[in-house]
Amino acid sequence: MQTLIKNGQVIDPANQIDGSFDILIDNGKISAIEPQGKISGSKLKEVPVIDAKNCVVAPGFCDMHVHFREPGHEYKETIETGCASAAAGGFSTVAVMPNTSPVNDNRSITELILSQAKKTNLVNVLPIGAITKGLKGETLSDMGELKEAGCIGYSDDGKPVMDSELMRRALEYSRMFDLPCIQHSEILDLTREGCMNEGIISTELGLKGMPVEAEDIMVFRDICLLPKTGGRLHVAHISSGGAVDLIRQAKAKGLPVTCEVAPHHFTLTEEACRNYDTNAKMSPPLRTHEDLELIKEGLRDGTIDIIATDHAPHDLADKQMEFSKACFGIVGLETALPLTLKMVDEKVITLQKAVDLLTHQPSRLFNLDKGSLGIGKDADIVIFNPKTQYTIEPEKFKSRSKNSPYKGWKVRGKILHTLVAGKTVYSADNK
Amino acid sequence: MALSTKNILGTKELTQSDILQILDTADSFKEISTRAIKKVPALRGKTIINLFFEPSTRTRTSFEIAGKRLSADVINISGSTSSTVKGENLIDTARNLEAMSPDILVVRHHCSGAAELLSQFVDSPIINAGDGSHEHPSQALLDLLTIRSHKGDLKGLKVAIVGDINHSRVARSNIRAMQTMGMKVRVVGPPPLIPVEVERLGVEVSHNLAEAIKDVDVIMVLRIQLERQNQGLLSSLREYSNYFCLTSETLAQAHDDVLIVHPGPVNRGIEIALDVMEGPRSLILNQVTNGVAIRMALFYLLLGENNANPN
Repeated sequence: MQTLIKNGQVIDPANQIDGSFDILIDNGKISAIEPQGKISGSKLKEVPVIDAKNCVVAPGFCDMHVHFREPGHEYKETIETGCASAAAGGFSTVAVMPNTSPVNDNRSITELILSQAKKTNLVNVLPIGAITKGLKGETLSDMGELKEAGCIGYSDDGKPVMDSELMRRALEYSRMFDLPCIQHSEILDLTREGCMNEGIISTELGLKGMPVEAEDIMVFRDICLLPKTGGRLHVAHISSGGAVDLIRQAKAKGLPVTCEVAPHHFTLTEEACRNYDTNAKMSPPLRTHEDLELIKEGLRDGTIDIIATDHAPHDLADKQMEFSKACFGIVGLETALPLTLKMVDEKVITLQKAVDLLTHQPSRLFNLDKGSLGIGKDADIVIFNPKTQYTIEPEKFKSRSKNSPYKGWKVRGKILHTLVAGKTVYSADNK
Repeated sequence: MALSTKNILGTKELTQSDILQILDTADSFKEISTRAIKKVPALRGKTIINLFFEPSTRTRTSFEIAGKRLSADVINISGSTSSTVKGENLIDTARNLEAMSPDILVVRHHCSGAAELLSQFVDSPIINAGDGSHEHPSQALLDLLTIRSHKGDLKGLKVAIVGDINHSRVARSNIRAMQTMGMKVRVVGPPPLIPVEVERLGVEVSHNLAEAIKDVDVIMVLRIQLERQNQGLLSSLREYSNYFCLTSETLAQAHDDVLIVHPGPVNRGIEIALDVMEGPRSLILNQVTNGVAIRMALFYLLLGENNANPN
């Protein structure tokens, strides 16, 4: 079974390719990548062709931070609806956080997730195992078993590991399995009952704030734990300008720390919480304009390693209520590309860098054999038109949940096809 | 002339002319409460629902009396008797009430933003009777009415608001309303009870009560809540009183004609000394009286002068 992708602009940062190339897929793998019109052969006449004229052809995006709510909260999202949402957003690989119910802190849950993903057969689903059993922050999970079952990293995401000694042990022990610890950086003592960034807006709205120091202190603590433990720290969804600077300094010292940013933290500020819009309620919270600028600086100078969505689906029943009671989080998979392209428009990063942050870099960080269009690699490919303009309509999302603050935004950058192992898992033609 | 807004969610939405109109209307209603028969037919046939999710005696009673003096039917629903204790959500409760065709919903809720949330789901006009730490517009309006009746003009007056600004919806509503009326506001209290970046609202901040009241025309004392001690925001009420209780000694620093207001209920001897509270400058009971007039004015203006008759 072959497919030919013609006439596109291929951007493959893993192989330093950027230009007009055709790609031949054979049996789910990349079998040839040649300058336009150069792929030939007698059999090619019958091969189905995808015309990628005016489009970018790139490795399928990899999102290292999503929440699919299965098992436990299937009314918000299932692995199937989550994968459909990923495919529609151009993602061929997603890493799912362990804060399901029950928590993914043991082999049986990891295997359940993998078997549901296999049944769905849309995108690659990589489980992340819990750092502590039940996300309780008390005892380490069986990290070895989790890795053997298929986990690609450890995190208590949604909650931080507050206990400093336990975090130290987690960084030490995870080293044995060469997988990173992903921290949701938040000192809970400082954010108790908080529901948005602390500042002028929280003061005006009369809402309890979550001060930015809560993030900075945790990032600093974890960095301090690195030299002796030798573990790898990946800071999830960085939102604070101060934290970006802490990571920049740590990297300069050669410490093994990396970080990700979610598109909402470079496109929105705390202003979005005015009118008590619960779709703008997330953790870490939307910060100030100054933080936003420092986040962009982190993208520009490479301090920020990858873009990850923190896709956090919530039903109306968990969002349509008093701001202080609503759940934290927004859906992100289906808006990631256009929001990232805003950074290209603003000349914060190049188009090539944008693709790199969504493909090669996440693969490299998590040692995945993904994010590359090299010969022989899985044909996980996204085709998008970076110029197509449209209005974001959450009600049309494939995700089961529609909690997005971007409703009505006019954006550009439309996913046309997503392929996983050569198979089309999303096509804009047949919605 | 109608108000610029359909709901009274906060003083932030009110223009200067809205506020003047509300105060003038309230002034004209004061007399009704002094009659032998304290009732006019202005809102006969109108239904007002007081939906209170938080304990309140003064505010709820004030809204109830205001409605009844205008001949409206007033129904009180409290948090503990409503279906919310059975798990019904706020929006469903309000929608169900609306299905019974009330003309106004008066809402008090412990969450900031609750009144604004309801306004997105129901068509009836809503009066916010206090939402979390956010706004309590009718309180600010009755404070302005009280101050105006003693000072004549509001413009240029200086006010010190003393106490737990951080958790005070009364402070927030007053800051906005007073600024709209051209008044200057200074907030006074220990730093943990002052909201972050509050200066950006255009107010001065002071931590010294005696200094802060020297040049003001009005001192607004806020109730200090015992819980703040357990939340680590206060060392003790005793120490709070040492620095921030308005006593006659401190008051000696202020102008002779300074006015003292307090939204109540008062913790005697903690934020204000008994003799000051009962002294000649205290307008605490005038505020309560004016509260009825302000709420009558709000009902009357929201339900439209056209279909109502003040006499």
